[in-house]
Amino acid sequence: MSSIPTDAVKPGRASLFYDPKIRGYVYQIALLAVVAFLIWSAASNAIENLRAQKIASGFGFWNNAAGFDVNQKLIPFSAAASTYGQAFWVGLLNTLLVASIGIVLSTFLGFFVGVARLSSNWVLAKLAMIYVEVIRNLPLLLQLFFWYNAVLKPLPDARNSIALPGSIFLNNRGLILPNPQFGPAFQAVVIAFFVAVVVAFVFYRWSKTQQARTGTQYPNGLITLGLILGVPLLVFFIAGSPLSFELPQQGRFNLTGGLQIFPEFVALLIGLTTYTAGFIAEVVRAGILAVSKGQTEAAHALGLRPGPTLKLVVIPQAMRVIIPPLTSNYLNLTKNSSLAVAIGYPDLVQVFTGTVLNQTGQAVEVVAITMAVYLTISLVTSLFMNIYNQRMALVER
Amino acid sequence: MTDATLENAPHAFVRKQNLEQEAPPLSVAGPLAWVRNNLFSGPVNSFMTLICVYVVATSLPDLIRFYFIDAVWSGTNRDACLADKVGRPVGACWAYVADRFQYFIYGSYPVSQRWRVNTVFLMFALAVVWMLWDRAPLKKLGAFFFFVVMPLGAYVLLVGGAGAEGVLRTVIMITLALAMLYLVLSFVPGLARFWTPAPLLEVEMAATPLQRFQSPKRLILLALVVFGLIAVLADTAGLPRADTGLWGGIMVTFLIAAVGIVFSLPLGVLLALGRRSRLPIIQLLSVIFIEFVRGVPLITVLFMANTMLPLFVPQEWSPDRLLRPLIGVALFAAAYMAEVIRGGLQAIPKGQYEGAMSLGLGYWQMMRLIILPQALRIVIPGIVNTFIGLFKDTTLVTVVGIFDFLRTIEATLVDPTWATPTTRATGYAFAAIFYFLCCWGMSRYSIAVEQRLAAGQRR
Repeated sequence: MSSIPTDAVKPGRASLFYDPKIRGYVYQIALLAVVAFLIWSAASNAIENLRAQKIASGFGFWNNAAGFDVNQKLIPFSAAASTYGQAFWVGLLNTLLVASIGIVLSTFLGFFVGVARLSSNWVLAKLAMIYVEVIRNLPLLLQLFFWYNAVLKPLPDARNSIALPGSIFLNNRGLILPNPQFGPAFQAVVIAFFVAVVVAFVFYRWSKTQQARTGTQYPNGLITLGLILGVPLLVFFIAGSPLSFELPQQGRFNLTGGLQIFPEFVALLIGLTTYTAGFIAEVVRAGILAVSKGQTEAAHALGLRPGPTLKLVVIPQAMRVIIPPLTSNYLNLTKNSSLAVAIGYPDLVQVFTGTVLNQTGQAVEVVAITMAVYLTISLVTSLFMNIYNQRMALVER
Repeated sequence: MTDATLENAPHAFVRKQNLEQEAPPLSVAGPLAWVRNNLFSGPVNSFMTLICVYVVATSLPDLIRFYFIDAVWSGTNRDACLADKVGRPVGACWAYVADRFQYFIYGSYPVSQRWRVNTVFLMFALAVVWMLWDRAPLKKLGAFFFFVVMPLGAYVLLVGGAGAEGVLRTVIMITLALAMLYLVLSFVPGLARFWTPAPLLEVEMAATPLQRFQSPKRLILLALVVFGLIAVLADTAGLPRADTGLWGGIMVTFLIAAVGIVFSLPLGVLLALGRRSRLPIIQLLSVIFIEFVRGVPLITVLFMANTMLPLFVPQEWSPDRLLRPLIGVALFAAAYMAEVIRGGLQAIPKGQYEGAMSLGLGYWQMMRLIILPQALRIVIPGIVNTFIGLFKDTTLVTVVGIFDFLRTIEATLVDPTWATPTTRATGYAFAAIFYFLCCWGMSRYSIAVEQRLAAGQRR
């Protein structure tokens, strides 16, 4: 062994061609060059094509008059006085509106169906299974067409509206609800609500530290609910009920007054909610199944009753599994709300990428802005998700 | 603890006499017990059961009556499905589906040329069965057929015309040239050292020329046979060009799905490898692409492909109306595929990588021979699930004006020939059945694969 001269086993200097570091640099520079070339040629072609088609570039169109109207708007908008920039905000708010309501409703429906699939009740479990299988295996667009064209469109016209209890009317122009009129004193109720939320939060923290220190438990849920509901209600009555309803009136030919909820919105909301709920149900089911049976048995062995077992042992562990895919389903719902364009609900894509793009022809700017909005929503959500995951991650040795 | 201590314990309660024996439970087995335990075990459960039974009992008979008993099965126009013309309540108008069936499959593709579409359907079916059936022979050949031969063949057959024939001629030339090259290389053993790494060289040199020729020969033979067949088919009178504006129906739905899977799988593998790469620029570019595409809705990608793609290329290259969404769908699916495959790559134990490296394999050999075969196998269920999503998303091309299956249904609904009150319900039911069968079938397949893969872990 020792007779071998040491310098003989020293690796000879490999040729540069086989040096992984050098190769890495070469590959990366080559890729970068290709990408840079693609971007450069796309940009120069775009400039040339736009010049040939006489289309302006830049964001100057933002302040130009829009010249079209939108039926559902959360901020003032009119064909005559509004700009493309305002059309963007109208569309964005409509997207956020349908997405946020859809998220809340689909969470409730999804949790219900997910738990129902695990129920010991055979009929309920089978029905939940059929619901999940059917909803998940049909394209969302087909479901939207179904709700819009086959369910809401054939409803009777305004003259023959279906009257529901509580002065609510249903016809082919949507759902007509009593229109709430807020008096000036209503601000006080809103302020009271926020104050109550803050107080409830402080109380919750206090009761938790108190429990950790002394073991005394307080009925947190009841007190929180009482605070958040009770205080605004109290202020509401003290302020002299500053809320009235303008009821829709059934005239001879038409309904007048009331708050109109457009059929496009209703169809999109129902479609998105039921579709996403099917996916959330599976997430919930998987989450509950992921908590091993030993956990429940151990909790029972410690003397916890079924209610507290669920609340203190099963649900906290299931939530760790449920929350990440749940968030991605919320994101999917938000992205899927862009299918609004197919049934004419004025969301961001329909108003901005549809109408504004057609009118201005500035495809690059308009599509870029639209994508930036969705990208921002996605990235912000996944940022919060990562923070949450770090906090919730199982701390092992 | 003895009895004495128990009796003396101040607070313990110990029963002194036996309780009366209770009557045996009425039944713990049998149908009645099952009903009691599973349907009426408590007030809430009973209430739920009653509601569910009520819902089913009120809706199911109506549905059956509408779609089967009262349905109209044959007829030539709307008169067959109008209640006052037929003189009885009319349910689903299946006659309309039967009448428009050809349109639902081929769109407006020229009637005399539909055999070309059928040939492509056959090739597609062959490729899918070859790839998905677990025990199909010659899997490598199948992959080559699926990813190279079928797409080229389908392109030539579906498009036709002078351009496609030029493509076909070039492809046949390249195949022949490759065959010649392999022939030369496999009979001149000395050349092998130029592309074989040193550790494998001896194995390579020991093989007879015929063995060295074996696997490429099969691929090339298959390609030549298929291209030759297509050439013969096309040669008779030359394939007339079928404008893509005429394409539609299930054919386009399958086309988009097939393009999605054929291009997204290799692209997804590359992107996943890029994201796991140690080279920072490659990693960064892959991450940017994947996260960007996954962060935006497919519709905006389709809008981008439809409106921006023509701007980004010189005007004379402006892509076809149908090609634009195809590119968009392929890139979109690739990003999702990349994340699925990355999961597979991460699941491979580090020992596999180290083992491959210690054998002296380079990066691509390690990936091709050791890592990817294992990684891809364990993510088959994930790939199929992504593909189900892709298949459902093909409907979105409607928005950029492509006549996929759903759009052909919508188009026939506004046609006065079949305008009846029940046409819409029938059309949507037909579409639902089609999509459900496809997606549900795929998900069953994915579950079966999952069970087969888990066979080793089952206890």
